[in-house]
Amino acid sequence: MKRVRQEISLLDKLYIPAILKGMWVTIRHFFNFKSVTTEYPEIRTEVAPGYRGVHRLNLDEEGRLKCVACEMCATACPAKCIKIIPSREPYDENNKERYPLKFEINELRCIFCGFCEEACPEDSIELTRIYDLAAYTREEMIYDIDKLVEIYHKTKDDPNPFRVHKKSRY
Amino acid sequence: MRFEKTMDPIYIELIIQTVKVIVVFSGIMLLAAYVTLAERRFSAFIQDRMGPNRAGPQGLLQPFADFIKLIIKEDYTPEKVDRFVFKIAPAMILFPSLILFAVIPFGDKITLFGHTIKLQVANLDFGIIYILAISSLMVYGVVLGAWASNNKYSLFGGIRSSAQMISYEIPLGLSIIGILLITGSLRLDQVVVSQADYWFSVIPKWNVIRQPIAFFVFLIAAFAEANRLPFDLPEAEQELVGGYHTEYSSLRFSSYYLGEYIALITSSALITTLFFGGWHLPWIESIPMPDWLLQVLQVGSFGMKTIFFLFFFIWVRWTLPRFKFNQLMNIGWKVLLPVAIVNIFITGIFLAF
Repeated sequence: MKRVRQEISLLDKLYIPAILKGMWVTIRHFFNFKSVTTEYPEIRTEVAPGYRGVHRLNLDEEGRLKCVACEMCATACPAKCIKIIPSREPYDENNKERYPLKFEINELRCIFCGFCEEACPEDSIELTRIYDLAAYTREEMIYDIDKLVEIYHKTKDDPNPFRVHKKSRY
Repeated sequence: MRFEKTMDPIYIELIIQTVKVIVVFSGIMLLAAYVTLAERRFSAFIQDRMGPNRAGPQGLLQPFADFIKLIIKEDYTPEKVDRFVFKIAPAMILFPSLILFAVIPFGDKITLFGHTIKLQVANLDFGIIYILAISSLMVYGVVLGAWASNNKYSLFGGIRSSAQMISYEIPLGLSIIGILLITGSLRLDQVVVSQADYWFSVIPKWNVIRQPIAFFVFLIAAFAEANRLPFDLPEAEQELVGGYHTEYSSLRFSSYYLGEYIALITSSALITTLFFGGWHLPWIESIPMPDWLLQVLQVGSFGMKTIFFLFFFIWVRWTLPRFKFNQLMNIGWKVLLPVAIVNIFITGIFLAF
């Protein structure tokens, strides 16, 4: 099949009009444009309600950790970033549950999948909408109980319509 | 007695020249640093985004941040390179671009304390030939860097670049011959002074009007000499293959990078001097004003024209796609060379009658 070549005029062949038109488009963009850049940190992108950010450990009404050190989150974690050492005794005689002596999440290993949140039977570990973690050393990014509870205090009132509260069902 | 001897004219000349050299050198280096920032910001505006605007107000300290980052990087010399050539290759791009600026007049005479100072570092009798000769030296920087890198991809990129630069030297030179015929002198200050005239007292006799074809050819050849888009195969190859500055890091890479921008500034300054009247600001001599103000305005007009051409280089870079190598050589030899020669003929015929 013969390919028909379109004849272009001499002026078109020089490409000068095409170049000038292109330069006109470029200079138009130079003088008025709406920038698509989000100027972080003054402007932050609004994240979705179900966004999986850094973890937090919830406290109950009396200020004690809800976590009972059952290690279901550590088992479910695909990246194996949660380390738990449970206690031998409960907080006191009124509370029959045990609690974690050491609860460490290595945020650098974490893949923020949310399996730990899904696995937890006590609604203890949840993923918040905080995404901008930064630190100067690797050790600072291993979050222990203090840091995780600190994040709880920061995001106590942040509602998440996708969260399933297992304990409140019964 | 001693006072008389130190005021010997030769010492005064020495001091004046030294001051001129220092001023021009630091001016160009500062301008080159800011052209890198301008390129990034203007290209960002063209692409509907902001450029770097964090380093200072509007990002004005960004070149210094880049420079500090480049100096503190590890300076790695690969094992099997030709050490001497590897080390001097970046200088071969930096050096010719800087000394080329010595013949460019950026103003008329100024008078300080009774001494007339010409605002041109070196008023050579063969200015135009000097330009052509020194700009040919820039090819060495590329080809030596490519050869010394001991890397077949660098060599390939460097050879392509040197072929491009050599083949566009010829239309560059031939287009200047048209100007030479009109001006009758090889000195660049004469070229500027001959453009300071008017037709019908209104239109300035700039060479862009007297020699439009030469301007066109020179502009395209200047793009190719500076390895800028649309002729930037040697640079693009570093995205694709290698490129002559693959093996360079830290300070050596920054010399290559800055050398390229200084070559750009030199090309812009040459275009304004040869075609747009250099420091000539039209219609302003009739307005009575103090002499120093006139000089300041003229130097300012030279600066503005050069900056406009720098902007023009950046503007075209972000508009046009890259040429293929065969298209590039085609344009250099089969289009620009005949056009430049025809221009010489036409100018000659015009001048004879």
